[in-house]
This record gives sequence, structure tokens and C-alpha cells, in this order.
Amino acid sequence: MPETIAVSKLVKAYGDLHAVDGVDFTVNSGEVFAFLGPNGAGKTTTVEILEGLRRRTAGEVRVLGRDPWTEAGRLKRRIGVIPQDFQFFPKLSPREAIQLYARLFAVRVDPEALLAEVELSDKANDHYDTLSGGQRQKVGVALALVNDPELCFLDEPTTGLDPRARRSIWEVIRRLRSEGRTVFLTTHYLDEAQQLSDRIAIINLGKIIATGAPDEIIGRFGRPARLRITGDPALVTHLTERGFRATATNGGAEVELRSKADALAVVNAVAGSGLRWEGFSTRSDTLEDVFIHLVGRLEEGSMRALDEREANR
Amino acid sequence: MNLPRVAAYFPAFAKGYLRNPLGLFMSLIFPIILILIFGAVFSNSGVSAVPLTVQNLDGGSAASQQFLAALNATGAVSITLVSPSVGNLSAYISHHSLTAGLVIPAGFGAALANHTPVSVLVYTNPSAGSAAGVVQGAVQGVVNGLNLRLAGGSVVVSTIQLNVGSVLYTYIDYLVPGLIGFSVLVAPMFSMVNISSTWKRDKLFRQLSLTPLTRGEWLTATLLWYVLLAITSALLLLGIGAAVFGAHVTLTWMTLPILVFGPMLFVAIGLLAGTVSNTPESAGVIGNIITFPMMFLSGTFFPVSLFPSWLVPIARALPLYYVIEGLNASMVFDNPSLALNDTLIVLVLAVAFSIVAVRAFTWRED
Repeated sequence: MPETIAVSKLVKAYGDLHAVDGVDFTVNSGEVFAFLGPNGAGKTTTVEILEGLRRRTAGEVRVLGRDPWTEAGRLKRRIGVIPQDFQFFPKLSPREAIQLYARLFAVRVDPEALLAEVELSDKANDHYDTLSGGQRQKVGVALALVNDPELCFLDEPTTGLDPRARRSIWEVIRRLRSEGRTVFLTTHYLDEAQQLSDRIAIINLGKIIATGAPDEIIGRFGRPARLRITGDPALVTHLTERGFRATATNGGAEVELRSKADALAVVNAVAGSGLRWEGFSTRSDTLEDVFIHLVGRLEEGSMRALDEREANR
Repeated sequence: MNLPRVAAYFPAFAKGYLRNPLGLFMSLIFPIILILIFGAVFSNSGVSAVPLTVQNLDGGSAASQQFLAALNATGAVSITLVSPSVGNLSAYISHHSLTAGLVIPAGFGAALANHTPVSVLVYTNPSAGSAAGVVQGAVQGVVNGLNLRLAGGSVVVSTIQLNVGSVLYTYIDYLVPGLIGFSVLVAPMFSMVNISSTWKRDKLFRQLSLTPLTRGEWLTATLLWYVLLAITSALLLLGIGAAVFGAHVTLTWMTLPILVFGPMLFVAIGLLAGTVSNTPESAGVIGNIITFPMMFLSGTFFPVSLFPSWLVPIARALPLYYVIEGLNASMVFDNPSLALNDTLIVLVLAVAFSIVAVRAFTWRED
């Protein structure tokens, strides 16, 4: 698969501080690539270097075969960007914004079709400063698509949006992928990355600490599946004595499964224990669990994502 | 420079500007309010009493006494009578370096009584600058009043004016170019300081940098908007000045370059002030520090020639001084060489500040 983005030994230094410290990765054509990391990890610096908005200190970067800093003029005609904290001119309407971009890019665009694509037709003539957060973000998506880009950079496109607005942006991302465009996505929401992306890179303290498909990363860095039993707390001792890796939970025990056969053995041991038990459930690590494990701390975005997930359960 | 992109961006910027009531108020409405207020307050009384040396050759007539009383009542001049025996008043004024003189001819009263044409002579010293205009305006005002009273507006008394050009200047004649200069200063300064600082904060320049629009094209479209605003404001102020207050101000071919280079100068200064500031708040403070002294000390509301002598060098150090002097030279005095001189000064300043501002103003980050 041809490479849309190729990054090699990328460094961005501010004095002694290395915001990006020798980063390597590639993004393939037509895939959704999620770039994850805690606040201050170097995500936005990296994406701004790729977009041609920021000069790199060292390393090699090719976006659609071009250097994004020295060939930004040519590149910007082939990429679409929704920057982090997207803002637009407060007194222009979405339709006027699209018309402006179409004239600047010298392309023919049907504003109505584009507005319909991002579900903004009913707000076509409202001034930007009267739109909600989700509607503003959709203006950003529409503008990023005016020049029919091969590659879209979406830098935290759903931050601060309500669940409905988030899912609406997800639909747009899925549509971009189905149209054969490459999507470079940065996000705080790990469930979003897991659901939408073909491949992921996790950056922490300016270095890439994991790359691969979400399932690959979970398989490589996640803990084994666990069987959780609700019942008598004495089950922990009973199972440990029989060689299982059991730990106490609030209202029962949890056993790490080293193989599929382990699950049956645990169920039999519990059934034969004579102790009280009410139910079994299995639990596997999510991308979020892996992320927290790898990054080693709960940063604000992950905490928020966790809170929201818990709230939705 | 891609002109279709400039043409594409220009209406978007204009819409954004016109839909913001504050910007529109400051650039077009506020100068109109100022001309109405200042015009109403000062047009009839003049700026301050200018010394006027009067030689009354018709001293015995009641009409000449009434004429002088009316002139005195304008408050624009303070009259000093000299004897007919001093001889030629023009020579007397030159010899004593006086500002202006007035000769009421012998037979003035009789001519008025008979409704036969008569002229009063106004001598002005060219070195007195705008003060001479105040005298001429005051005398003409009283003469007009007399004509209206005597003959329903047809000319019985006329002024003959010597030494300086044939136009008679009143306060409003200075106020119109002064307030056009005010518009040329205020509209770009306030909004460019605001734009260059808040757009940086809101990352709107970054957003524009993602399109093919270049900084030069953005600046060109923005400048064109402020030139259009300056011309619109000039026409409005000219129209109101002439229609409401009878201002003797005309547009000449030398006015237009100042209405182009003036906005260019203040767009550059405003852009620079906003660009070097860390926050919109500090940009606002810097903008005010630059704008307010210019607003009051460059001859906007009162001619610089009426300033105390120690204030004049300060006024001449301010860029707006040359804009307003150039506008006065082209619109009031019809003095193309002075207008050209001022225009060139404004152009040089505009180019210099533009170069510095464009160097400081970046869309992408290192």
C-alpha cells in the first residue's frame, strides 16, 4: 500500500525541550490513522508539522510525496485540515464560508451538497458565532472538504462535543474513508480511535511508544482476559489454592485466564467449591486500558473519556 | 499576487466588518457625529479670537460701527483699531507682523443706505496660516448677514481679499479635512490592532494559511477595504460639511493619493502593534497609546496653527499631521505642491511601516 505520510527521525525542539524527539511512522493511503497521546505528548506539534504550519528542527517528513514546510503552497491544495480548536470568522455563515474557500481554492463546489453532507443545511445562513460547538465543528469539516482533499487532518475534531454531535462527526470520518481518502486523526477519546481507525500510533513525551492496528496493540500490550465471579469472598483463597491467579474484587473474585481452557477449569472449581456464587463475566482490556498502562498515568483527557464511558454504562 | 483571490477575500472581509456594529460606528458614524457636534458648536464662533487690525475710513457712520460690533460678536476675532493716519494698512501689517487687517472704506455707511455695492478689504498675512482663514471666515460671515438683511441675499457688500488665495476659510473648512484624517486614522488603527491580536489568539490566520490565500493578498484586500472606507467617509463628511455648515472644501486630484497612502500607513502601524503584542488586551493598550495623541495633536479638531508654539513640533512628529496637512493643502488651500510634499511623507512612512509590519507578521510558526 503506498505511503501517504512518511515520517523519519522527526525532531521539534524549543531550546532544550524536545517536544517531538525522533519520531518515525508511516500512514498508508486510504486508511484512518489515529495519533494518540496525553496532553503535551507532542501530538499537535507533530500534526502541525505535517500540515505545513510549523517548521521541524530535524528529520525527514513527506506528505503526499512533498515536504510540508517548503512545499506548503502545493500541498495545501491536496489536503484538508480541521485544526484543534477550530474557529472561523464570527459574522460569516456556513454557506458564505464554503463559497469563500471555493473561490480561494478556485474550485467548483455545490455549497448545498457539502452542507447536506455535514448535516448543516438548516444552518446554512446563520452566522458562525450563533452556531453550537458541534455545528461549528461541522463547518470546519465542510471547509476541510471544499478542495476535495486526498488526505484529511482532523486534530481532536470531537473534543467538547455532546455524544450525538460526536457520532455525527464519526459518520463523516467513516464516509471519508469509504470515499478512499486518507484520514489522520488525533483524539483524546480512545473509544473513538478504537472504533474508527485502521492503525494507531501512541506518542508519549515526544516518542512513539506503540504503533499498529488497535487489536494488535491490545494483544501486544494488554493484560490477558479475566473471568470475574460474583459471590463469596472466600472464593479467592479457594481458587488460589488450586493454582489460579485470583484476586479479590468488590463482591467476589477475578481470575486471570492464561488460556481458553482456564475458563472452564475455573467454572468447575467454583461450582465444586460449595461456596456461594451468583454469576460469571469475562473482561478484556480495551485500547483505553492499554493506553493508560503504557502512558503510566491518567491524564485529563483519558480521565474524561473514562468518566463518560462509565456514565454511559 | 493573485488578484482573483484578493477579489474573493475582499467581500468576505467587508461582510465581517459591516456586520460588526462597533467597527461601522467607529469608522463611519462616529466622524459624522463629531462633525455635527463640532460644527454646531464652533462654526459660528470660530476657534478662538484672532487678532484683527481694523482701519475704519468711515469712522463717523453708524453702519461701520454696527459692522464692527457684529464682527466682534462672532468671537472669532479680537479687534484693534488703528487710525486712518497710519496710511496703507497692508504695509502697516507687514511692518508690524500682524495676522490680519480689515479696511472699511470711506462711504461705507452711505453705500449701505443706498444699497450700492461696496467692498471691505481683508488683508491677511500668509505666514499666519489658518488664523488668517478664521479672520476671512468671520468677516465673510458678517458680510453675508448684512447682505441678507439689506437685500435679501443679493450682494451689496462684498469683501476684497488680498495676499492669500481667494477662498474664505471658516472653522468648518478645517474640521472637514481634520475629521477625514480622523477616519483615515481611527478605522484602520483600531480594527487592525484588534484583528491582528484576536485573530492570532483565535488562530484565524492559521485557518487562512491553510488556503491558497497569501499574506500579501490578505493585506492587499484588507488595505483596499480601508481605502474604500476612507473615501466613503471623506465623501460623507464633505457632503455634510458643505450641506449643513456651508464648508468651502473641494475634492482635488491630490486628495485621492492621501486617501490611499493614509490608510496604508495606519493599517501597517495597527498590524505591527497587534502583531508584537502578546495578548489582545496589551494590543489594545498599545493601540490607544499610539492613536490618542495623534487623534488630538495632529490638527484633527483644531488647526495646528492655533496650537501654542511648543506643541507644534510635537504635532509635526506625528504621522497623522502630514495626512491632515496634505488634506488641507489639497481640499482647502488648493496648494498642490504642499499636498504633494505631505503625500510623499505619508507614502514613505507607509512603505517603511509596511515593511516592518509584514516582516513581523507571520502566519506559520517556526
